[in-house]
This record gives sequence, structure tokens and C-alpha cells, in this order.
Amino acid sequence: MPSSDVQSYATLREDLAKRDRSLREKVVSLEEAAGLVRDGMQVGIGGSTMSRTPMALIWELIRQGRKQLSCSRCIVSTDGDLLFGGGVADEIVTSWFAQGILWGLSKVMRHHVEAGDKRYQEWSHLAMGMRFRAGGMGVPFLPIRSMLGSDLMPLRPEAKEFDCPFTGEKLLLVPALNPDVAIIHVQRCDAYGNAQIDGLQFMDIDLALAANSVILTTERIVSNDQIRRMPDHTKIPFMCVDAVVEVPYGAAPHECYGLYEPMMKHMEAYVAQVNADPVEGMKAYLDRFVYGPKNWTEFLSLIGMEEIVEASRQGRSMYND
Amino acid sequence: MTSSNRYTASEILTVLSARALENGQLVFAGIGIPLLAATLAQRLGRPGLTILFEGGVIGAFVEPGKLPPSTNDQRCTKRANMVLGSADVLLLLQRGYVDIGFMGGAQIDQYGNLNSSFIGDPDAPKVRLPGSGGGNDISSLTNMIVAMKHEKRRFVEQVDFITSPGYLRGQNSRTDAGLPAGGVFRVITELAVFGFDAETRRIKVLSLNPGVTAEEVQDNTGFPLTFDDGVTVTEPPTNEELETLRMLDPERLFTA
Repeated sequence: MPSSDVQSYATLREDLAKRDRSLREKVVSLEEAAGLVRDGMQVGIGGSTMSRTPMALIWELIRQGRKQLSCSRCIVSTDGDLLFGGGVADEIVTSWFAQGILWGLSKVMRHHVEAGDKRYQEWSHLAMGMRFRAGGMGVPFLPIRSMLGSDLMPLRPEAKEFDCPFTGEKLLLVPALNPDVAIIHVQRCDAYGNAQIDGLQFMDIDLALAANSVILTTERIVSNDQIRRMPDHTKIPFMCVDAVVEVPYGAAPHECYGLYEPMMKHMEAYVAQVNADPVEGMKAYLDRFVYGPKNWTEFLSLIGMEEIVEASRQGRSMYND
Repeated sequence: MTSSNRYTASEILTVLSARALENGQLVFAGIGIPLLAATLAQRLGRPGLTILFEGGVIGAFVEPGKLPPSTNDQRCTKRANMVLGSADVLLLLQRGYVDIGFMGGAQIDQYGNLNSSFIGDPDAPKVRLPGSGGGNDISSLTNMIVAMKHEKRRFVEQVDFITSPGYLRGQNSRTDAGLPAGGVFRVITELAVFGFDAETRRIKVLSLNPGVTAEEVQDNTGFPLTFDDGVTVTEPPTNEELETLRMLDPERLFTA
């Protein structure tokens, strides 16, 4: 389904009514979780840029050869490179797509988008947020006051200019985005999927509410008792969640707030390799770091203990005075 | 391009940008020079300057030597007043809480429109650029300062694609398009500081950077420039400004 198609309210309600929303254990393996994402789905990705990227699940989707996904995320960095280069996604819906401000343009994105074999569907950052929020609210659109007058508006005919019935002012209506599945990485959750997110939450709460299913990867699974001691830290409630996977360092080589910062040596080597040759460089990266390792922990060992320890030291220093 | 070897182009760009910010203002800053300039302003006697980041941060005080690699990294939250969702921090712009939006730019035109999406035809682009991010929202919803490198290919009569609106086609076209609030009011480069004519909304030179001639600015601009009646010469960066800046970015991530 094209990502711009707004689902009818009846369809949204029927799909949600079919889900088992009860308080039940949902822990599965990374392989099983990736199996819940099927070819052609619209996949919402949690986190932003280099932060709390559900990298282990993306890595597993590439390994399983998933195809023709349309992926949406507020801001995309090297995860988008891997989704295109790994053959998983045909389309990425976002507001910004590069490897990171430190490195300039993504040659991988440029290669695929300029050749026309992949699509980058651009919205403003606020528009992405209001699309997920409308999806999470069960309404078909929300009005915003940006994108008006710019060339982004004609680029996105899915958004409709509209005269406000109360004031007569011009507004832009952005369509709800209800992904088939959301994949979100968090610091901790229980076996039921009550997820506690430390630090920046980005658009993850709206995304979880909007999606027709949610897979959580988590640094650790804690007891329900522990969740109940700090219910104000719970950002995504269990009834949104369909699967839970415990993956320590599951956002590597990106960061996870309070635990580890981006693994910059790995990132720099990656960027140099794929930007030198977005096809062969990417293929070599995938062979070594995605297809090569027998599991996620072996991937981490390829990043290297020294870099992981340093990223963890920096990550935890957030809590130093 | 600077006439002095005391500082790099990025350094004078950052120093002049910091000077444009006042204590007490709420500034929505993009990554790179804007973040660095806003942080520099805080360190140079304007601690009441509140920095907002699109990752979802209100009131950051970035640590020297620990500049975040994007506005979505944990380093952006250090000593902040509040962390909130990305859509919610952008909605503060829409509600009108933010005094100044502060961005870099890849390509700008005579009406202050910015392009960060496409070089060439959007249907078959020569270069697909990263896109808007929060740029379109910031420039649509608040008064804006743009800090950017001054090159002929970046200063063009008309951008290939308006990602982030300035004054669109000049005169009242921005308001008529449904953008009654905000608009770019300063463009700062390593050569000069620009404002916009109150009526035509066309860019004009307000002041020249130290050691830079009017001809030099014109030669590096892709359209005929207007010079304000009382064009002044900007005071060079002080030692204090440069030393503080170098303390903030010792690895020269953004000021090389």
C-alpha cells in the first residue's frame, strides 16, 4: 500500500480489534521478531538520526532478505543507507536523509535516488510528526502551518491546502500515517511491552499508537514490578506492543541515551567505505558486518571491545555532574 | 576568503552569528554553526539565552569539547530545562514561543529562500540533497537568521527548489501563501551581513566583514546586490570571542 493512502476509520478500528491487547508475555527472538515484518509493509522506525535506532532489527531484516518495504522515520541516517543498500526498502518517507551532518551527503542515498531505483519521499519534520500523531489519534489528518508556499507543497500532493472554516486562514492538512508495523528500540521494558524510554523520545509514542503492530527491541527486559515502581517513566503502554526482543547494544553503532554514544570510529570507517563506492563499498560492508556474523553479539565483537567500552563510558557520562 | 589569518571563514561566521543573539531570547538552533554560535553567545555573557533543538530539547548548555554530532544526540540534553517529543518542540514554533530560528544553508536566493532538497530538476535531480529536516518548519514559523558560506553557486538569483521559505517571490507573497509570521531577517556569511528590504523583501548588504570589499561580495554572488545606504564595516573578532570558540570546539568539528 502506498504510504500516502489514508486508511478509513472502520479499517483502523477493525485491524486494532483483531489484535490481542491483553496483558501477556510477548518475548521472542530477534529472528522471530523480524519474521513479523513481511515484504511490502509500511514500517515505522523509532528513534532519530543516530539515536535509539532499532539497528539490530534492521540488520536482521537485511539478513532475512525482506523486500519492498516502505520505511518512515522522522530523520534518517545510515539506517536509511542500509535499508536501501541491503535491498530491503524501496521507499523512505522522512524529513532528512544523510549519514550525519559531520559527513555531508549520503552517496548511498544519492546513488539509489538519483538513478531512480529507490524513492525518498520528503516531508517537513513537523509534518512527519503530525502524520504519526494523526495516525495515533485515529483521525485522517491534522492541520499545520508549515510547508505552505514552499516547493515541498507541490512535491507532496498528498497534503491538502485548506481554508480554515473558523478563521479563513490557509492551513495545510497532512494525512495520517498508520504504519503496518513500528520497530522501536528502548532502554528497558517488561515482558508485556511496557516500555520506559530515557531521554529524547522523538516521535516514538505517536508512532507506537499509530502503528498496526509494534515490535520493541530493548537493552534489557525488567520485571513488571520494576515498571510499576516508576510508572511515570513508561512511555509506551503494553497494549500497543506485539513483540519484545532483548538485544543489548541493539542500537549500535548508533547511540542509546544514557548507555552509549555513537561508535564513531566504526561510523567513520563505514562512511568512508560506502561513499568511496556506494555499490561495492556497501556490498563489502554488508558481507563483513551483516551477513558475516553468526549473531548480533558477533557483530558487536567486529565493532570491537575498545570502541564499545569508550562509547559506553561517554554514554553513561550523561549522568555525571 | 578572509583577509586575516587570525581566524577561519567558519570562525568569523560563528562569531558574527553569536553577536546577533541577545540575552533572554529563545533560539531554535540547527546543528553545526548555529548550535556553536548560540553556545558561544551563552559563554560570552548571555547565559539567559535559551537554546531549543529539534530533537526535543529546551534550554541546552552544550559542554565544551562535547559538541553533539546532530541535534538528536544525548549531548544536546546536557543541563537542559526540559526534554520533550520532536513534534512538540516544533509546535512551540507554531504557537509562537520562539524568538529566533537559526539555520545553516546550502543554497539561498535574493528573497532568502533556502534549498536543501534538489540541485537540478526535482523529477530527475542532478544531486539529491538531504532535505528539509526542521528547516521548512523553522523558516515558516519564526524570524530567522541564516549562517552560511559565501560562494557564487550558493548565492543564486532563484533557488532550484524552495525547501525553506524566505520571502518567496518578494513583496507580500510570503503572507499571501499562508505564512503571516516570521521570515528571514539576517543572513551572515564570512564576507558580509545581510538584511532584507522592508517593502520589496529583497536581500541587501548591511555591513562588510573586516578587510572585505563590496566588489568581493558582489563577485561571489550570483545576482546583482543592493548595498544599504549606510553600509558599515564589522568589528573583527576579539581574542576573547576566538578563544572561547576554540575552547568549545577544540577538535574543530564545525570550525575547520
